[in-house]
Amino acid sequence: MTDPVNVPGRWEREFPLQTVIEEDGSADPARVTLTDAKALDLFRWMILSREMDERMVQLQRQGRIAFYIGAIGEEATVLGTVAGMEERDWLFPSYREHAGALYRGMPFVTFVCDLLGNAGDRMLGHQMPCHEAWAPGRFVSISAPIATQVPQAVGAAWAARIRGDDMVSLTWFGEGATSANDFHTGANFAGVHKVPVIMVCRNNGWAISVPRELQTASETIAQKAVAYGIHGERVDGNDLLAVHAATQRARVRAASGLGPTLLECVTYRVEGHSTSDDPRAYRGAEEVDAWRDRDPILRLGRYLTWRKLLPPDEVEALRAEARERIRRAVEDAETFAPKPSIQTLFQGVYAEPLWQQREQLDELRAAVAEDPRTSHPR
Amino acid sequence: MPTLNIIQAVNDALRQEMRRDPTVVILGEDVGKFGGVFRASQGLQEEFGKDRVIDTPLAESGVIGTAVGMALYGLRPVPEIQFADFIFPAMDQIVSEVAKFRYRSGGQYTCPMVIRTPYGGGIRGGHYHSQSPEAHFIHTAGLKVVVPSNPHDAKGLLTSAIRDPDPVLFFEPKRMYRAARGEVPDGEVVVPIGKARVTREGRHVTLIAWGAMWHEADQAAREAADLGIECEVLDLRTLQPLDIDAIVESVQKTGRAVVVHEAPRTCGFGAEISALIQERCFLHLEAPVARVTGFDTPFPYTLESEYLPRAPRILKAVREVMAF
Repeated sequence: MTDPVNVPGRWEREFPLQTVIEEDGSADPARVTLTDAKALDLFRWMILSREMDERMVQLQRQGRIAFYIGAIGEEATVLGTVAGMEERDWLFPSYREHAGALYRGMPFVTFVCDLLGNAGDRMLGHQMPCHEAWAPGRFVSISAPIATQVPQAVGAAWAARIRGDDMVSLTWFGEGATSANDFHTGANFAGVHKVPVIMVCRNNGWAISVPRELQTASETIAQKAVAYGIHGERVDGNDLLAVHAATQRARVRAASGLGPTLLECVTYRVEGHSTSDDPRAYRGAEEVDAWRDRDPILRLGRYLTWRKLLPPDEVEALRAEARERIRRAVEDAETFAPKPSIQTLFQGVYAEPLWQQREQLDELRAAVAEDPRTSHPR
Repeated sequence: MPTLNIIQAVNDALRQEMRRDPTVVILGEDVGKFGGVFRASQGLQEEFGKDRVIDTPLAESGVIGTAVGMALYGLRPVPEIQFADFIFPAMDQIVSEVAKFRYRSGGQYTCPMVIRTPYGGGIRGGHYHSQSPEAHFIHTAGLKVVVPSNPHDAKGLLTSAIRDPDPVLFFEPKRMYRAARGEVPDGEVVVPIGKARVTREGRHVTLIAWGAMWHEADQAAREAADLGIECEVLDLRTLQPLDIDAIVESVQKTGRAVVVHEAPRTCGFGAEISALIQERCFLHLEAPVARVTGFDTPFPYTLESEYLPRAPRILKAVREVMAF
């Protein structure tokens, strides 16, 4: 029996996949929201992000960093959204948006120190790699639990409205997170109170080994907005211009009091979930290869070529420039002592350490002094 | 000086802090127009408006999750969880987020808030309206845990909690909400976090309690006095940071300690207090440290009088440590 309600394609028609850059690289100028200079700048950022992710995975394989989780294939989603916001806006990341932290001014060397957990780590060695925070750029601290950042982004935007500030917050999460409690509570709270927040779903098709079809019976993620009484849109997440335009639209809506937007960016996780994953165990090469052809950097490159902004050798030059920047950052980061000092273990649990922590620091110092193996890895 | 009950004292503290600090906001289920199911925020939305006293949808993780965002942005949220039994949907936000923001960001972000919640049994509420979950939060580094036993301390400790730079769990003994009455000054009352109070001096046994159980301990001490046993009663008031000096000073004097709490015994906070006493008072002890607690069961409905550590069971423990 055919289902008269869940007609296949119904929701894909209702929330059409929006693109701006055509297959041949052309674009309707009326729909382009980026200047040539800005588009070129973001192209540079996407290349830096890609080169960084590839290099950091190498460093992990060499044992120089313990873990890495990147955004290969999802660069247009990350950079298109962050570039569509105002500098004063707050960003609530998931854990693949490192390019967003760097775009907001986090020094590259600081980012690498965080990966190393060394004496230059802004997080004092308290978190594993790729859980950075950068307050000067309003890039909020990353945690591993899924979707917890969604109601937090709602709360910050709500607070801004209470204070009368023109601030819209943006949060990123994967499509797997749309199964989690906090996605729903966040969307619901934002809808009820018309909070100026943009909820960006990086729908990259996979949550570690679980495909999108096993996360939700919804045909699209964007349609979930309907149930919360909020605005939903679905864009090609590999099309930087489409992502940027949609983000700007959502920001205008939010800032003018029309409330939140659920923005689904359809993209693909070309690599494993993280360096701890091997996707060959659960998906075929054909699927991945098809998405490699839809690479967001190639896509923007075709647009820039169409705009005559990208001479033939320019891409290689930009990649070389990015690699050099990464090489210098790693070199500088590795000059820091390999570990922060021992008292940082107890620093920042509370504004001031409690007696328990002061006692335990003394106890630990005495143990290290008595037997230095206390500080050695097993 | 006016005589208030605990609910009135909480309301008084909230009102005064909201007047003093425009960043203080209240959010939760039924806290706005209705003033809270226990009336703790009665009249506050009328005075401060819907932007500062917010009725939220019915989802505790959303109450705390949005409060986190508000705190990060510079507000001072005072979210209410209607019953401590319903705090568990918000555990991820409290344990993984609230408690860790300062630490995990290397001090770049802080998340000060006061999570107010009524706790404890004796109100015929069964296990979803009676539990005492304080140990979960004491066990989570990054949180402070405060439990007042009387109106004066409720006002003074809540005031301190709202001004504290760290997140505070503020457990209110709901059985004593209206039963405990006392004089509370009209103006500012500040009771420092981390200081216990000796409410009764004695030389034979130290009774250690907090919240509603302080009243039972005090009753047991009175009955013990009739038997010629002088109990020293300690109202901890703050469980984290714990006033270890007050405990050690008293137990070194009496040589005997009875710890009282409503929560189940195994891994309850009494276990930690007992361990600290044996670490620091070993050579002063005349008897093993006794615990009078709830049992290792869910909180029962019909047999709650038997479950709760009330004065007769406390008195029995006092007599046993004296006879050891």
